[in-house]
Amino acid sequence: MSTVHEPRAFPFGEPDGLRLPPLFATLREEEPMVRVRMPYGGDAWLVLRYDDVKTVLADPRFSRAATVDADVPRMMPVLSQDTSILSMDPPHHTRLRKLVAKAFTARRTEILRPRTEQIATDLLDAVEAQGPPVDLVQSFALPLPITVICELLGVPQADRADFRRWSDGVLATTSLTAQEMEAAMNSLLTYMAGLVAERRRAPTGDVLGTLVRARDEDDRLTEDELVDFGVTLLIAGHETTANQIGNFVAALFRSPPHLAALRADPGLVPAAVEEMLRLVPLGSGGGFVRIALEDVELKAGLVRRGEAVMADILNANRDGRVFADPEVLDFHRENNPHLMFGHGVHHCVGAQLARMELQVAITALLRRFPSLELDVPADEVEFSTGKLVRGPVALPVRW
Amino acid sequence: MTWRIEVDRTSCVGSGMCTAIAPERFVLVGDRAQAVEAAVEPDDAVLDAAESCPMEAIVVRGENAEVLAPEV
Repeated sequence: MSTVHEPRAFPFGEPDGLRLPPLFATLREEEPMVRVRMPYGGDAWLVLRYDDVKTVLADPRFSRAATVDADVPRMMPVLSQDTSILSMDPPHHTRLRKLVAKAFTARRTEILRPRTEQIATDLLDAVEAQGPPVDLVQSFALPLPITVICELLGVPQADRADFRRWSDGVLATTSLTAQEMEAAMNSLLTYMAGLVAERRRAPTGDVLGTLVRARDEDDRLTEDELVDFGVTLLIAGHETTANQIGNFVAALFRSPPHLAALRADPGLVPAAVEEMLRLVPLGSGGGFVRIALEDVELKAGLVRRGEAVMADILNANRDGRVFADPEVLDFHRENNPHLMFGHGVHHCVGAQLARMELQVAITALLRRFPSLELDVPADEVEFSTGKLVRGPVALPVRW
Repeated sequence: MTWRIEVDRTSCVGSGMCTAIAPERFVLVGDRAQAVEAAVEPDDAVLDAAESCPMEAIVVRGENAEVLAPEV
């Protein structure tokens, strides 16, 4: 579809807490394939409807590998690297993904549930001992997923302050300079290379140890791929879940009937988590860009070979063609095939882990503090800006 | 030699992993995966799909019904 509009500057303003720009609802109906001018690299198509988003995410004619080292339209100044699993197509993507897929299956994730519940209990003990007001972000939302992913990967928690700071830098969009972002990434790579070297001296059974063996014994990935993979798992393994715990709690505080429903029936938590995954926005950037390897006819129009496309998951999850009353948070929604974890080969490897952690976090928090409430007015909760993911900067609570 | 593909549609979450890795072997029907054909010639892509499924919803069996993938 050719558009008569000038490309629209993207993103449509800084993220406004958990709200999406109202323009999206109009565009989904009137212009479901929008020409946007990205902060770097030129113009791209932004695809907004569910079916097309799914196609762009899963159809091999849309390539992530074609973005490597190329000045493609994108959110951040840095270019995609060929050592990152996030920038690979099959079969290279499959080669790496298979190495860790086992550690993240639903079955293996369930085995981690009791330990995750224990971590939540310990953190909430500390919150209770400290007494109100407490910032839930620093005391609960962040340390819970950090502890889980550190134990799973084999990353020392003692190094948390360092890798948190670097991780923030890697996910920056406008809050840091390109040099600062690259420095943060290099720090993470150097740090991870050190952990890899330690495993060569003393092998371990954690995920990082598994990857080191896959390289040293079977040559199934390069050294750079190994180190990059470790960094990716560490960042993606905590930034996402930590921010979503904060976002979900903030969303529940804004909607007392939903909070009351969960308190009355904790059995509703898994469905509530799915519904909040659908409707509570995490990303702020429209998603990773893909390049069409040939002309592809989407429902919304034609994407020509070589053009850049972003599949907007947040808008797909609000598509009224798939979700009845899409803007309504409904914990009793029967059909909820949301795309929060993506679709196709890049479907989030940690999806089951994230689900489990979110279920444990919400359940434990509501059970421990039946009278939990915000210590500031809900509209004064400050959210991060200038980052690829959004989340509350702090969540002061009392009980 | 023939392999058999079994897909547990009740545990499938429709991630699209198998249909993207082995598009000739798997198809999404109503947001859940199923094998295009249950009996197939040996094909590594089918093993990759079974190994990559987050729900372990795909089982690939060999001639004697032995499990070829996923490794448990």
